[in-house]
Amino acid sequence: MKAKQGDWVRIHTTVLSAADRSGRLPEDTRKAPVELWVKGRLQADSSVGERVEVETATGRRVAGELIDTAPVWGHGFGDFVPELEEIGRQLKQAMQALDAHGGKP
Amino acid sequence: MSRYEQVMARKAEITRKAMGLDYSAFEQEGIGFDYEAMMDRAGYSLEEVIRIQGETGVGNTPLLEMRNLTALARSTAAAGKGARIFVKDEAANPSGSFKARRAALSVYQAKKQGYRTVMAATSGNYGAAVASQAAMRGLDCIIVQECYDSQHKGQPEIIEKARKCEAYGAEVVQLTVGPELFFVFLELLEETGAFNASLYTPFGIAGVESLGYELVQQVRERCGRDPDAVVATNAGGGNVTGTARGMIKAGAGSCAVVGASVDLSGLHMASDSDFNRKSFTTGHTGFGVPFATWPDRSDVPRSAGRPLRYMDRYLLVSQGEVFWATEALARLEGLERGPAGNTSLAAAFGLAREMDQDQVIVVQETEYTGAGKHIGPQLSFARRNGIDIRFGNPREEVPGTSIILPSEPGGVQPRDLDMNRLRASLIRKATQGRTVESLSESEIQFLVDETKSDEAFVRQTLAA
Repeated sequence: MKAKQGDWVRIHTTVLSAADRSGRLPEDTRKAPVELWVKGRLQADSSVGERVEVETATGRRVAGELIDTAPVWGHGFGDFVPELEEIGRQLKQAMQALDAHGGKP
Repeated sequence: MSRYEQVMARKAEITRKAMGLDYSAFEQEGIGFDYEAMMDRAGYSLEEVIRIQGETGVGNTPLLEMRNLTALARSTAAAGKGARIFVKDEAANPSGSFKARRAALSVYQAKKQGYRTVMAATSGNYGAAVASQAAMRGLDCIIVQECYDSQHKGQPEIIEKARKCEAYGAEVVQLTVGPELFFVFLELLEETGAFNASLYTPFGIAGVESLGYELVQQVRERCGRDPDAVVATNAGGGNVTGTARGMIKAGAGSCAVVGASVDLSGLHMASDSDFNRKSFTTGHTGFGVPFATWPDRSDVPRSAGRPLRYMDRYLLVSQGEVFWATEALARLEGLERGPAGNTSLAAAFGLAREMDQDQVIVVQETEYTGAGKHIGPQLSFARRNGIDIRFGNPREEVPGTSIILPSEPGGVQPRDLDMNRLRASLIRKATQGRTVESLSESEIQFLVDETKSDEAFVRQTLAA
C-alpha cells in the first residue's frame, strides 16, 4: 500500500532485541524483543513495509517500519456475554423478592 | 555497557532534571526520611489544591447513595447489619476518573516550572488525565504505555486508554510487555526535556487529598455524621494515601481506611504470556502488594504514596466479583462505570454486611467506561484467550485460568489480607537485614510511622 508525504500513519520499531533486554525477566518475556508503535505524519512518499520517518503529535521525528496508513481504532464492546444477561435476571428476581427495587417513592 | 545499561546508569540524573525536585533535602540518618516535611514543602496545601483543580474543572464530584445495592446487601446480611453504601462519582472529572486530581497538580507544577512537555508512563486512567490537563494548560504530552504481548495482541482496556490520550492531542508510545518501559521512558525524557508527571510525587498525591476532604464534607451534609469506612482501590498506593490524608484534614481521622485490590496472585506482571490472561490492568495485587510493602520501587526516589501509613484493612476481591459488581451497578443503580474502578465497590458490598445499618461506607471512586474498557469486551477477550468463565464460588477463581462470577449476591465475599504480614514485609525490606540493635530511635520511629504500628511490633518483627 502506498502512502503520501503528510499522511497520518503508524510505524513499528524494535527498541531492544531479546539479547539486549534487562536481566531480571521471566523466561517467556526474555525470548521476545521490546517493540514500539507510534503514530505521526509521514515525511516522504513511501509504501507499507518500508523504513520511514514520521513527525509525531509532539513534533518528534521517529524512524521505523511503516505498518498502517490512516490508522483506525478497532476496539469495541466485544461479543455477546450470556452471563451478563443471567446476572441481570438474578438481580431483578432478588430485588422483586425484596420488594425494595427503586426504594420509597 | 549496553545502551540499556548506559541509560539506566543515568537514571538519577535524568529523573532529577525531569522534576526539578531535590529529594535529598528530606533524607534523614539511615533508612528514614521526613515524609511530612516532603509533603508540606514540596506539595501544596489543601486550599491551593482545591483552587488549582478548580481552574480545570476537577473535583466537586457527586456523592451518590446506592439505595438498591444497600437493600441487596442487607438481604444477605444478619439482622440489623448492612451499612448504607455511597459512591463518589469520580467519573464526573474531565478525563473520567479521580486521576484528574493528580494530573491537575502535576501539569500545573510542570507549567509553573517552565516545562513545555509532560510525560507519564502509564497504561491506566492517569495517561488520559495528564493528556486532558496538558490540553487545558497548553503543554505537549507524551504517554508511554505497555500495551501488547509479543504476538502484538493488545489489551482492549489499554487500547481504549491510548485512544483517549490521542483524543486530547497526546502522543502515545505503545510498547510490548516488560519493565524496559522505564528505559524507553528515560530515553524520551532525555530527548525531549519533558517534565516527569510521575504518579508518586508529593504534588500528585496532594491532588488526591481534595477527594478525601470532599467526601467527608458530603457525608456530613447528607447523613449528619462522619463516614465509618472509606474503601479505596489500591495499586501504586497514591489513591489510599491521598484520600486518607484528605480525610484526616477534614477531621475524620477515626474513619476506617480500607484498601481493596483484585486478587491476581499467581500471575507474573512482567510475563509476556500472562499479560493477556488477566482482565484487570490495574487495581490488582500485582501492583498493590509490592508497592505497599516497598513504596520506593516507583520512578521517584521517595514515593509520596505510602498506603501502609494509613490503611486499616486490605480487602481482596476476585475478578468475577468485580465484574458482578459492575453489572449490578448498571442494573440496579443505573450507572455504567468501570470495571477496574469497581474493585472497591465489590469490596464495599461485602464489607457493608459486617457493619450496622446506621453506619456509612463510601466507595471513593468510579471511572468512565467505553469501548474496550467495559465488562463486555473484557469478558469476551478473556473467553477468546481461553479463560473459563462461569458461575460458582469466586474463592475458587484461579487468576489466568478462570473467572468465577458469584452465583448469588451473598457470594460476594472479600478476603482480608493480613495487615501485619504486609507491615512486617515493609520493615524487612526497609532495614535490609539490619538488626534491631543497630537501628537508632529515629529509624525505629520511621518504621512505626511507615506501618501505622507501634514500637513493640517493629522490634518484634526485627527480632523474629
